[in-house]
Amino acid sequence: MTADQIIFILCAVVIIVSALMVVTTRKLIHAALWLVAALFGVAILYAVLQASFLAVVQVVVYIGAIAILFIFAVMLTRREMLDKGAQTRSNWWLPALLGLLILTGLVFLIIGQPAFSRTASEIPADVDTLRNLGTALVSPDAFVLPFEVASVLLLAALVGAVYIASDKKK
Amino acid sequence: MSIPLSWYLILAAALFAIGLFGVLSRKNAIAILLGVELMLNAVNINLVAFWRYMDPAKMTGQVFAIIVFAVAAAEVAVGLALIISVYRRRKTVVADEIDLMKW
Repeated sequence: MTADQIIFILCAVVIIVSALMVVTTRKLIHAALWLVAALFGVAILYAVLQASFLAVVQVVVYIGAIAILFIFAVMLTRREMLDKGAQTRSNWWLPALLGLLILTGLVFLIIGQPAFSRTASEIPADVDTLRNLGTALVSPDAFVLPFEVASVLLLAALVGAVYIASDKKK
Repeated sequence: MSIPLSWYLILAAALFAIGLFGVLSRKNAIAILLGVELMLNAVNINLVAFWRYMDPAKMTGQVFAIIVFAVAAAEVAVGLALIISVYRRRKTVVADEIDLMKW
């Protein structure tokens, strides 16, 4: 077992345990903090996959913005259902069964596919993936259109979120 | 890089299944959104793993992952704004009790 594999398995354990805590823990603020742990694990996986930009974006955008947004939303709506009643539906075993079914089906498919058991070849020394990503995002014959559409989407979401969440009674 | 591609795919499948369980079983609308975030992360792991293992010189997988980031950020911002707005009017965040448009 090489160092890569040990790092991967540690990350995988952290991700799976934190994800399970996110969906099962009673207190919502704890669930949001467990989500931060899971997102950190995914960021380390990106680093292992040599996607350095995505690892940084994962920390900055997901942990820095989305998880904090969740914590704020939990704090703003927190008096409700803090300690009363169950946090999950009474028929929670049905989703659990569905999840297990999907998981076993996917694992069965992935293991049955011999093309997926390969390991990665080294990235050639003359390929600078960070530079390639930057040029791909702004070059007209690559992905400039999706990039611009994403920026318009973010602007629309920003305006929409401010409008919806603003208190109109004032 | 001695990790088989299937390890990443199985981890992403497990994360997706856990997120799906969270979305379907939780009562609190914010907890449902937390489950959606887990599922989006599972998809992103798949995209980046396929980018790395198939053709690292082409950036398609990473660009797709970045678009998923942007959509996730937009989704969370609008979703949480909706939940806060509903909470202000009806004093509840339980998805079952938000039934004004249920016929």
